[in-house]
Amino acid sequence: MRISILTTIAAAVSATALGAAEIAPTAVSFEDGAVSQSLTGVAGDPANGSEIVGDKGQGNCVACHQVSDLADVPFQGEIGPALDGAGDRWSEAELRGIVANAKIMFEDSMMPSFYKTEGFIRPGNAYTGKAADDTFGPLLSAQQIEDVVAYLSTLKE
Amino acid sequence: MTNLKGALSALIIAGTMASVAVADPVDDTLIINGETTLVTRTKAPAHVSDALDEVMSGWLFRGTETRAMQTDDFDNPGMIFVEQAEDVWNTADGSEGKSCADCHGASSDMSEVRPTFPKWNDAAEEVFTLEMQVNDCRENRMGAEKWKYNGGEMVNMTALLASVSRGNPVNVAIDGPAQAAWEQGKELYYTRTGQLELSCANCHEDSYGLMIRADHLSQGQINGFPTYRLKNTKLNSIHDRFKGCIRDTRAETYSPGSPEFVALELYVASRGNGLSVEGPSVRN
Ligand code: HEC
Ligand code: HEC
Repeated sequence: MRISILTTIAAAVSATALGAAEIAPTAVSFEDGAVSQSLTGVAGDPANGSEIVGDKGQGNCVACHQVSDLADVPFQGEIGPALDGAGDRWSEAELRGIVANAKIMFEDSMMPSFYKTEGFIRPGNAYTGKAADDTFGPLLSAQQIEDVVAYLSTLKE
Repeated sequence: MTNLKGALSALIIAGTMASVAVADPVDDTLIINGETTLVTRTKAPAHVSDALDEVMSGWLFRGTETRAMQTDDFDNPGMIFVEQAEDVWNTADGSEGKSCADCHGASSDMSEVRPTFPKWNDAAEEVFTLEMQVNDCRENRMGAEKWKYNGGEMVNMTALLASVSRGNPVNVAIDGPAQAAWEQGKELYYTRTGQLELSCANCHEDSYGLMIRADHLSQGQINGFPTYRLKNTKLNSIHDRFKGCIRDTRAETYSPGSPEFVALELYVASRGNGLSVEGPSVRN
């Protein structure tokens, strides 16, 4: 019991420490649509990234993209290009830029901006249909973006 | 790198166009009760021809079994509610002791009504949806209480009024005094709302025919309303559908009956001018 409490505290402390180093959604610097600096300074976890890409409650990237590597995830959409080989086509910095805010790389893209908190019209409180309140944050956290980028980098033909 | 990117986006664009071409809706004809043939695809009206060549009913985007349910009134679960509304049509209500039939005759005489709504109302000096017209009759001619805009009695009555118009082409006026509302509706249609920054057009104009997760995107036409949805096993009103779609963009929605949704309804209806009224339709 004591150990698990200690672990929780340790996790919380390190999360706070990381929080300080995190680049805020409003402070990300893009160059030709790419973001070269890690948003957290912590290497992304590709296994968690693959969860996020396939999970309806997280990135839900498969709503629009097919990913052969996630063949067990049903109902993959076809609005955007298949992500197979994305790790060959794009550098890590480019992938970070695309996931954080695809509209900078692809003008007027239908792809949502996953690390952005400003400039929305009638932003809501998740899927409630009600107005956003002060819990409003980016679609994915900084570390989740890093995890997704790490996963996409593994997608090689 | 820049070149590579250029080539890639060209590829992406080509890929998208190719998939639109192959992801066409089914080639099928909607005949109801073996007698009424409905127009489910037709040339786009002039005011949307810059965006679409053809307009298509959502029926063409549904699966074989869902489509079949709509071809026979005994199999269409929405028709039960039409029958309920038929009773209400003939029942007196309110301080004037009148029924709808007392003023309008048989419900089947109302076949010219649904296709032209929403439309400008001179007395009220605003665009009326069918729901607003029904409540205007209830309040001012029957002395009865208004129904909830998207409540059960109202959606049933709109199903009755749609059912007697099945086969007649949607034909809403977009000019004259209705024009300002139409323009407002168009603006709303193309506005990218919510945290996902998606407009109606992103899904229903740019991407119809494609899958978004498990859903096969249609043109989002409203000629089939109200729709009986297998998902929630009830009749769904136009404004409830708008609300659901906007909610799915992680946006703050408008309310059923709000001026914004009235304007949006007029605009979306006008995109389907020429398609047959189909309500109550069956959708998943
Ligand atoms: C609502 C649709 C939608 C969603 C959701 C979406 N995307 Fe996209 N994505 C697109 C479209 C469309 C493009 C093509 C770029 C353009 O707009 O021209 C794209 C492009 C991309 C590309 C570049 C494609 C390539 O390989 O050349 C990557 C990588 C990508 N998306 C990753 C993601 C990830 C990761 C997520 C989730 C965290 C995601 N997308 C969610 C629509 C979407
Ligand atoms: C994120 C994608 C998305 C957006 C944005 C969106 N819709 Fe939809 N809409 C859907 C899906 C999915 C369905 C169910 C499949 C279908 O009929 O297209 C649907 C269905 C509909 C239908 C029912 C069509 C029928 O025949 O039953 C209407 C009407 C509609 N949408 C209108 C709108 C309007 C108006 C807007 C903007 C206010 C809008 N939608 C925005 C995804 C979207």
